[in-house]
Amino acid sequence: MEAFVSALTIFVLALFVGFEVISKVPPLLHTPLMSGANAISGITLVGTLVTSGMKLTTFTTILGLAAVIMATANVVGGFLVTHRMLEMFHTKKEVK
Amino acid sequence: MPREYINLFYLVASVCFILGLKLLSHPRTAVRGNLLGALGMLIAIVVTLLDRRIISYEVIIAGLVIGALIGAIMAYKAPMTAMPQVVAIFNGFGGGASALAVGAALEEALKGGFIEEIDIVFTVSAAASGLIGGISLTGSGVAFAKLQGLIEERPILLPGRHAINLALLIVCIALSVWLIVNPVFSLPYWLMVIVASVLGILLVIPIGGADMPVVISLLNAYSGIAAAGHGWVLNNSVLIISGSLVGSAGFILTALMCKAMNRSLANVMFAGVGTIVATESESDSIYAGRVKSASPEEVAMLLEGARKVIIVPGYGMAVAQAQYPIKDLTDLLESRGIEVKFAIHPVAGRMPGHMNVLLAEVDIPYDKLKEMDEINPEFKETDVVLVIGANDVVNPLARNSSDPSNPIAGMPILNVDEARSVVVIKRSLAPGFAGIPNPLFAADNCLMLFSDAKKAIMDLVNALKS
Repeated sequence: MEAFVSALTIFVLALFVGFEVISKVPPLLHTPLMSGANAISGITLVGTLVTSGMKLTTFTTILGLAAVIMATANVVGGFLVTHRMLEMFHTKKEVK
Repeated sequence: MPREYINLFYLVASVCFILGLKLLSHPRTAVRGNLLGALGMLIAIVVTLLDRRIISYEVIIAGLVIGALIGAIMAYKAPMTAMPQVVAIFNGFGGGASALAVGAALEEALKGGFIEEIDIVFTVSAAASGLIGGISLTGSGVAFAKLQGLIEERPILLPGRHAINLALLIVCIALSVWLIVNPVFSLPYWLMVIVASVLGILLVIPIGGADMPVVISLLNAYSGIAAAGHGWVLNNSVLIISGSLVGSAGFILTALMCKAMNRSLANVMFAGVGTIVATESESDSIYAGRVKSASPEEVAMLLEGARKVIIVPGYGMAVAQAQYPIKDLTDLLESRGIEVKFAIHPVAGRMPGHMNVLLAEVDIPYDKLKEMDEINPEFKETDVVLVIGANDVVNPLARNSSDPSNPIAGMPILNVDEARSVVVIKRSLAPGFAGIPNPLFAADNCLMLFSDAKKAIMDLVNALKS
């Protein structure tokens, strides 16, 4: 129960931090915000790594492999595509 | 590495994510913000690989390499116009990974490995992330297929769909309860994930293409919440923090998109808007004899006499890939001392901020891209407005909010009709997504240039040069 309450505390506080930080992002950058946040949601990779490295049964190993592939594609693809988009934004004065 | 140290590094990673998102609030710092986020992710991954519970690395390395290749290829191959579907598919991967990984954790826990004891927090959060992850996986898949044009973009309405969806949700909850009260085998979990996946498909197919900005934002929130749920299962702080950060990003964008259309989330999700198309007679009564068509040469003459021009892009610009000639047109007009700005409606395109990315791609400086509230007062002093592939977001009927049959009633629009002249580049008078005629096209100060957007702009550029 104690672990539950501390996890709940972290969860709720992080929601508030998220609202504060993200509501300041202008509409100009909403697409990169979305794909950047999306890449961060690939953090689920961290959880998949532990379960897929424990090698308990073949079934969990296969599940783990699929999960690691999907989460890694999410992380790598998400950050790369966000980077590609953000590099294109500049003002007239900035050298291309 | 002992658990406390790992958790400290997770804290560092979480701080990186928060600061990274904060830096995303300005285009000048955004690249750094994204890199900081990636750094946080790298830290979290490396530290996790040092976990003592991991005894074998073959599977992990294989997964990392294959996943990284898939991600990198998709990220580099995708054209900017395809960004909405790319984000959708990555999102689906994230949600799917959560559902599978939670299932794997459950299997191991049931075999007595992994955690000391299966408690209610474990089973409840496993069920929640399985449910949300499953919906997010297939929902994103359907969104991808719609945006990619693999399936019909217009709403597909099944008879009795609300009842079916409700029944599926009840089945999911029943299976979750079964898992929670009797956590001895994993079958209920996997059945629940399958039912949730079907539900994800059924929830997204009745939503039309122009409502995709809302759907993608919401699915993004779901994949964040699924990751947070995964964090509860593993009692892992970095997963909980990042998941809820992403969740709040998704919910904020969802709310902003709904507000920009003056519709409730329930209306976007369940009303099946976009199926009714105006009849000929309805359109005729508005358009008959009043629509003026112009040639590119006439529009070029109009532009030559202008001092200030505002361009309003819509999804049609993305479809026609017209952003490249628009850059040429902008340069040409500016070289003649004409002021050019862009008016961006919040829901123009298929995801939040879609138009900005396409215009940035062709090197149009971002300080020329203006938000709706900022640009709306300027239309009165504008000589020519060029509407390129947009329709509902400039429909004056939206201001008339009294008619309940009007799907865009009360939606904030770009007040282009206040400009001295409006030129609408469009292939025909066909209605936009909302399915209603647009009286702007019949207004006295409006000219129609009937053509494909890309061809029309190229013709305009040629006419201006000669």
